[in-house]
Amino acid sequence: MRAKLYGTRGSIPAPGPETTRYGGNTPAVLVCAKNGALLVLDAGTGIRRLGAQLSAATTRVDILLTHLHMDHIQGLGFFPPIYDPAIDVHIWGPASSALPLEARLSRYLSPPLFPVHLRDLPRVTCHHVPRSKFDVGPFCILTSLVSHPGPTVGYRIEGDGGVIAYMSDHEPALCLRRGQWPGREWVSGFDLAVDADLLIHDAQYTDAEYERCVGWGHSSYRHAFEFAAYVGAKELVPFHHDPDHDDEKLDRLLSDEIRKVKPGFAVSPGCEGAVFEVGSP
Amino acid sequence: MAHPIQIILTRQLAGYLSVPTFLVDPNGKLLFYNEPAEILLGRRFDETGVMPAEEWSTVFAPIDAEGRPIQPEELPLMIALHKQRPACQRFFIRALNDVKRHLEVSAIPIHGVQGEFLGAVALFWELSD
Repeated sequence: MRAKLYGTRGSIPAPGPETTRYGGNTPAVLVCAKNGALLVLDAGTGIRRLGAQLSAATTRVDILLTHLHMDHIQGLGFFPPIYDPAIDVHIWGPASSALPLEARLSRYLSPPLFPVHLRDLPRVTCHHVPRSKFDVGPFCILTSLVSHPGPTVGYRIEGDGGVIAYMSDHEPALCLRRGQWPGREWVSGFDLAVDADLLIHDAQYTDAEYERCVGWGHSSYRHAFEFAAYVGAKELVPFHHDPDHDDEKLDRLLSDEIRKVKPGFAVSPGCEGAVFEVGSP
Repeated sequence: MAHPIQIILTRQLAGYLSVPTFLVDPNGKLLFYNEPAEILLGRRFDETGVMPAEEWSTVFAPIDAEGRPIQPEELPLMIALHKQRPACQRFFIRALNDVKRHLEVSAIPIHGVQGEFLGAVALFWELSD
């Protein structure tokens, strides 16, 4: 599998000369299998450019939404395949106790917030993510609800002999007991991330920022590193960068944490455009 | 395998409460009780550990105001488990440190966003006689 980051920013787009390397677009990640099958993880503003770069031969795209906060769906209306009658677009997302996924997405994809109704799109189908593993083409996908306000899932994607765990918005530190990680059955997201080859994980805050934002559903760099170590991930990509963190600050946060922790796994910066090969070549 | 996030967060919440709280899985297996419940029940959770419903529903020897034993299926937490509805009741227990306590217990089932049954939780309130 190949994963390419098209949007890595959390909360709100943050374009500007100070964010050119890490990028200003909100979450969107393209995962391609060797046979050409595609998954798109989240539909933040990065999905616009992602959509423009898809092959003309594409006939199906599956979009896996972690949740419906604006930064994860804002790009949906600007994703060209949803208007293309030759492409089947399947949108997967967490169920809620109140309304089906389509009705909740329609709150955004309808006037006055957007000129086009979701129901008028030619070949778009919405699905609630199953509570057990499911297959999309060559991908075997496991989801579970994770620690973040409102129904929010993480994804474990297995394919081509590799595993990608995608947990863009996740606060596993709420599971800590007196600062210690409890047994694995008490850690949010453990089953999704265990032994992943690539873990794309929330790292929105500094330690000081996290102290002011406990319960908001995000992680500090320290917590992302600790979680990666706890689950035995082979490579961590800090993700969902705070919009106030510029390139220089993100470089510093990453290098400081690596120096402090000396992780036993690889760490790569979550920059827009970064590409990761996972599984058998 | 990790517990559902609703159970993880319920345990986490219980850890921050002064209200005695008792958490079980869908089969009734005791998963956790918090420090205030440890005081009421007379033993630390680390010492009791997980416990099947058959054990926790009898080990505290619950009795009613007239001293009659309460059958396990009549306990609020068992009602929340088996009938999947809230239940509340006053009764006496004999704690594991042999102290008799008068409790009001409220129990609720825990259902996920799609209605899936994930377990139940009981809150204890000690009554002053």
